[in-house]
Amino acid sequence: MQQAKSYRISFVLILLALFCAWILNISSGSVTIPFEAIFSSLFGGEVKIDSWNYIIWNYRIPKAFTAILVGGGLSISGLLMQTLFRNPLAGPFVLGISSGASLGAALLLMGASFITGLTSFVFLSDVSLAIAASMGSFLVLFVVTLVANRIKDTMALLIIGLMFGSITAAIVSVLAYFSTAENLQRFIFWSYGSVGNLSSQQVILLAAIVGTGVILSILSIKKLNAFLLGENYAQSLGVPLKKSRLIIIIATGLLAGGITAFAGPIAFVGLAVPHLTRQIFDTMEHRVLIPSVFLYGAILMLLCDTIAQLPNSANVLPINAITSLVGAPVVIWLLVRKRKMLF
Amino acid sequence: MSNPKTHTISINNLAIGYTSKTVAKNINFSCHSGELCAIIGVNGVGKSTLLRTLGNLQPELSGSITIKGENLADYSSPKLAQELSVVLTEQPSSKNLTVEELIALGRQPYTNWIGTLSPSDKTLIQDSLAAFLLNDLRHNKCHELSDGQLQRVLIARAMAQDTPLILLDEPTTHLDLYHKVQILKLLQQLAHNEQKTILFTTHEIDLAIQLCDKILILDCAENPFGEPCELIEQKHFEHLFPSEMVVFDAKTGSFKVNK
Repeated sequence: MQQAKSYRISFVLILLALFCAWILNISSGSVTIPFEAIFSSLFGGEVKIDSWNYIIWNYRIPKAFTAILVGGGLSISGLLMQTLFRNPLAGPFVLGISSGASLGAALLLMGASFITGLTSFVFLSDVSLAIAASMGSFLVLFVVTLVANRIKDTMALLIIGLMFGSITAAIVSVLAYFSTAENLQRFIFWSYGSVGNLSSQQVILLAAIVGTGVILSILSIKKLNAFLLGENYAQSLGVPLKKSRLIIIIATGLLAGGITAFAGPIAFVGLAVPHLTRQIFDTMEHRVLIPSVFLYGAILMLLCDTIAQLPNSANVLPINAITSLVGAPVVIWLLVRKRKMLF
Repeated sequence: MSNPKTHTISINNLAIGYTSKTVAKNINFSCHSGELCAIIGVNGVGKSTLLRTLGNLQPELSGSITIKGENLADYSSPKLAQELSVVLTEQPSSKNLTVEELIALGRQPYTNWIGTLSPSDKTLIQDSLAAFLLNDLRHNKCHELSDGQLQRVLIARAMAQDTPLILLDEPTTHLDLYHKVQILKLLQQLAHNEQKTILFTTHEIDLAIQLCDKILILDCAENPFGEPCELIEQKHFEHLFPSEMVVFDAKTGSFKVNK
């Protein structure tokens, strides 16, 4: 296809950018490691200090890998939602999917002890947190889909997402009021978002979830393209509506829910990256958009995580704050520049 | 009536509408290939409902619709997509598609799982672009087009789908007289040159009388169908609108305001 050819250079450039962002991300952190040491560690050379090698391979590389999964996965889930709900402002955060995950996490972290009166340590493991957050996000996605089927107005969808955000905030504040300081702190830290602190098993589990979501998205490429015309047209082109919609929703839920469960609610990446990607890859063809949106999201997340490390201290800034600081102005800039958002 | 196999589409005693309300009933007609057919009638009489029913976008209440001698309900959706294409009044959800991308989507029923276009697909897309005078606009985005241009793009997409039957819902609304005639002439060429059966709903009765091979008048009663001249002779147009407001002039085949 002639379009695919003309984007080849852009793909090479974006891959190169990803590599640079990756190196930059690995070379920043609380311990200063010189560039030469990083390169020789990565490419099997001698490293002067053993602990550097340990930090790079056991801490920084898994973190960078997580950032790639989180950024890429969230961006694809945003792209899927924008196409499925015919709404340029759709994204996991705006539609309340992240709020649903927060609600699940809050109920587990603070609600469990509140209800049973026991210390929640008994119930708490990272897996249960992941399950609770995923269930929360699937619940919201389910409701949003029901509403989207019934109400054709795309504005209504955004308002539903906002309302979910409010409900979550309210329940969380009630829970927080009765919660112990310790549990509250756990929840607050989770809600800051983080791509570090994941055990290797967790990284593998996250990779499996994101991988499944991405594969389902790739299998849906042709249907996603048909959905760009609207559902009636898609049906007239022979697309089985219910089945395709279900697969796309499962992919979205896995990506947004799974990622939020492990990395916390990360704002704006899912909404902003598809629009940013179209500044370079000016097409609606999902065969081009799915890989490019994934790469772009991965780069953005690596850069945001690098910024979060910048103070060069043991303390890392909350990544959710960084993505909001980067993402919100981008959305405003896009709106002002184009006067209306297209998808 | 002749053998139903030679008809692209055949409708028998059809009733359309919703479970709560029947919109129109007793609809009977058939179209051959190479025929341009208009569906006319007053607002709310069920033109769009009929078109949506024929396009399998909403179920019929009773009666039968056969396409090439086979029941509409017996077609699987991928197979039906190779028999009939639709042009609806709704705009495409994404106006960020280019003209060429949008028309290429018409080839979906024929492409593989990821939608790779074969050389013959590309030829058909080029032919559709050329037939609807869109060569210069092929790289434009849909939001940059005028109403008339966008309508041509949507019809070209249906042409690229390369189906024996094309259904269009009010393809000439919002267009000026020149563009209305342009669209209808292009449809006429498509029907006559490519031997397609084209069915469309319209309010442009005088243009339909001049350009169409057959007309179906939805009038809530007998729903007459036939060639424009026959329908004029049988005075079917006279009763379409209340005569104190508009009268039909059989000589010119057009409506006049009753002063």
